[in-house]
Amino acid sequence: MTIKQLTLLLIQSLEVTTENWLTSPGVLGTIFLVFLIIFLGIFIFIKRLNIYVDLLKKNTKDLTEEEFERRLFNLDKEEVDEILELRRQGFDKNKKTKPQLANDIKSKNTGFIKKIINPKNPLFDEKSRSTVKIEVSQELKEIVVWYLGAAVFWLIFGTLVGQYLGMKFVWPDMDNTPWLSFGRLRPVHTNTVFWGWGSMAMVGLGHYVISRTSNTEIYSYSRSKAAFWLMNTAVFIGNLSLMAGINNGGGEYREYIWPIMILFAIGLIITFFNFYKTVAKRKISEIYISNWFILAALIWTTVLTFIGYFPTYQEGLGETVIQGYYMHQGVGMWFMTFTLGLVYYFLPSSLNKPIYSYSLGVLAFWTQMLFYTLIGTHHFVFSPLPWWLQTVAIVFSAGMFIPVFAGSTNFYMTMRGNWNQISKSYVLPFFLVGVVFYFVGSVQGSFQAFRFTNYLWHFTDFNVAHSHMTMYGIITFLIWACMYTIIPKITGNEPPQRFVGAHFWLAFVGLFAYMISMMAGGTLKGLSWIEGNPFIESVILMENFWVWRAVGGSLMFVSHIIFGYNFYLMIQKKKIAKISRKQTLETQIN
Amino acid sequence: MLNLHKDHKNLVLLAFVVFAALSIGVAIMPAYQMEEYQPIPGMKDLTAQERRGLSIYVSEGCVACHTQQVRNIEMDNIWGDRPSLASDYYYSKQRMDIWRQSPSLLGSERTGPDLTDIGNRQPSQDWHLLHLYNPRLVVEASVMPQYSWMFHKSDTSYVDSDAVTLPRSITQMKDSEVVVASQDALDLVAYLKSLQQFSFEDNEPPMNFIPALSKDGETAIGGSKKSEGAGLYQNNCAACHQVTGRGVKGAFPPLVGSIIVNDQNPEMLIKIILVGYDAREEYGVMPALGENLTDEDIKAIADHERSSWGNNAPEVPLETITRLRDSITNDRTL
Repeated sequence: MTIKQLTLLLIQSLEVTTENWLTSPGVLGTIFLVFLIIFLGIFIFIKRLNIYVDLLKKNTKDLTEEEFERRLFNLDKEEVDEILELRRQGFDKNKKTKPQLANDIKSKNTGFIKKIINPKNPLFDEKSRSTVKIEVSQELKEIVVWYLGAAVFWLIFGTLVGQYLGMKFVWPDMDNTPWLSFGRLRPVHTNTVFWGWGSMAMVGLGHYVISRTSNTEIYSYSRSKAAFWLMNTAVFIGNLSLMAGINNGGGEYREYIWPIMILFAIGLIITFFNFYKTVAKRKISEIYISNWFILAALIWTTVLTFIGYFPTYQEGLGETVIQGYYMHQGVGMWFMTFTLGLVYYFLPSSLNKPIYSYSLGVLAFWTQMLFYTLIGTHHFVFSPLPWWLQTVAIVFSAGMFIPVFAGSTNFYMTMRGNWNQISKSYVLPFFLVGVVFYFVGSVQGSFQAFRFTNYLWHFTDFNVAHSHMTMYGIITFLIWACMYTIIPKITGNEPPQRFVGAHFWLAFVGLFAYMISMMAGGTLKGLSWIEGNPFIESVILMENFWVWRAVGGSLMFVSHIIFGYNFYLMIQKKKIAKISRKQTLETQIN
Repeated sequence: MLNLHKDHKNLVLLAFVVFAALSIGVAIMPAYQMEEYQPIPGMKDLTAQERRGLSIYVSEGCVACHTQQVRNIEMDNIWGDRPSLASDYYYSKQRMDIWRQSPSLLGSERTGPDLTDIGNRQPSQDWHLLHLYNPRLVVEASVMPQYSWMFHKSDTSYVDSDAVTLPRSITQMKDSEVVVASQDALDLVAYLKSLQQFSFEDNEPPMNFIPALSKDGETAIGGSKKSEGAGLYQNNCAACHQVTGRGVKGAFPPLVGSIIVNDQNPEMLIKIILVGYDAREEYGVMPALGENLTDEDIKAIADHERSSWGNNAPEVPLETITRLRDSITNDRTL
């Protein structure tokens, strides 16, 4: 089949009327994908439920033993000495009071086990330290925590703004301050979660991956810090200027004016060279696939920012061509590429097994570059941009199936056989949601580029659903998975499972409510436009859906507060953790 | 031999070169091509005031909710007579200044209506100012933010003679206070009013809409004369006269129980729709709609107005409208 015929098939020949819109392939496919998410939620829920059922059956013997072994394994030298000393004292005491049984001894510190506290409370299951603490240099630990800390701050700030914006749809007269008006705040939300939350988190985790997989220290930590300050300053000043009404022209994700964005770009370039030089001095000959993705993401995004801001070809609709290219690549070449790189390291490492297929990863890498780059114009289908450009975009949107299938199969096969991990910790559920959304969000995005679905959904709130499915469902969930995998390993502090669980479920259910309300509302809006109804009717019909969106958004926001607290628990100074661990040991030994 | 698994230099170089090449092909080259477009002969550049308005339009982030592109599909034909062309954006999409690039006017989200032709659809300055001051005064269901900070309250006696003020009753002013529009508000409205799709003289737009994915059969068209009138009324009249026909007190007159609307002889009503109306001081100016509406449209609207909200007047014969339109055109040509 020639390209032309294929295009015809995709764009022209689907004879769909508004009466059977429900059976159009794009819509049907999307409905299928939504059900996939529901099943995923049920699956994880049941898996989590299993552990409680098991515990109620008193089937805890293995777990208890496992727990005890882990505790022993994780003891520091001083702690072991301390316990041995206690035992010695206990023995001494025992010798003196021979006839007494250990149980009768009233004093503490006997060194004898009196009773075993079951560490598995069925309702508030305290998960054990899942893995051995990894020794990393103080500098690496510090820089990772710096970046991730900034990311957490921007996540909470950015989603607070998002939540406020969502409420404005329900109460448009909430405030009357220019700095807080909808048009000015909307880019503050998008840019904060883009350049603040997502980018800081990825670069922070990237430091760890680059250093570990190259088996060496980061080339220069002072450069990492310089990049940290440059990028955060850009987001900070950028947001202030947006609220003051200074923006670059309203093109999505390039609302910061160039003197501000250049700070961010310099930060990117510094990070790239820092990572590149680290990889160059690696102590193993192979370059791990994660580093391909991470280095490429940095270099592609630098090119992208340059093209996005360079002025000479951006008069008239030239700007629109660049806008389509820029906003799509911002997602595809920066967030998607970088995050995939992180997952190729953190997913196998959290399961303690290798990635399913290395070559699938390489295939995904090159097809990601080839197809993703070409599809930006699908944001402007039916616009006055050249028809060939729109056609290329639609055809290669379908081509995106290849990297998406390659990536999600690879991750799925890596996770297969480890489903029981779900009942032990929330790390795998976070990965699983991220990976399923990677499949669902990307495939749905390709469906959305088809002719009829574009006709139906373009310009409606459906777009908002799609962007949250991808930026939140994929990127944010995967970043959380990586963070919960790695921070406990480098700091030695694990947040309580019930808080991680609360974070997971609030975020998941919130996103689902958000996504469904915007999809359903967006579809009805599109149908109303096709029917030729007066425009205001499409505003009125959205009212309830906007309320549900705000409800979903609130759940998501609350989950971020909990996440912030979990993060705080994870990065607390070791001292506090030691005491608490000592106490639990004491109670157990006594 | 190129071994990308071990050679970081070439791996990065290859990723960079291929990506840059693809980007040039799919973004930079087409962007340069789009720059070659010329304005349509006869199209006017923005005035200095309109350009200031455009700048405010961008600053306030209006592009987040309002598109300015009529796509070449039939559902967009309510936003303009023809699909948008690259040349339409020649003047509006120029780099704003050294700090800010060409504005992203096409937009990606239509939370509010498309504004390509808002200057034709809603030419009244009074309406625009009230709408900016508080959208819900004129469009009850609107979720648009208010821009009341572009206005200030002042005592009537201190207001300059050339200052533009809003009607006092609808803005609920007490004593002798009055709401005065700032220069920003006036500039923004000037820009909005300048948004008029350029129409080709020979009435043959160079591009047509891709036919609708319409409903099967004729049933829909046959049975819905009434709703057609309601729809046209909604799109052309309801912004001022409201869906309820009650108008806005102190700004736009009610149609409910109106003598003109309910008159047995519909000529006055038809004339007002055709050429507009500015005879009453206390109300805003009504724009002429004759250019935008066909005789059938006007009949549908008039019949809707004469048979809704308790109004009860006979249908308007189509010939009356045709006759009146001809006589007006003749008057003008003479």
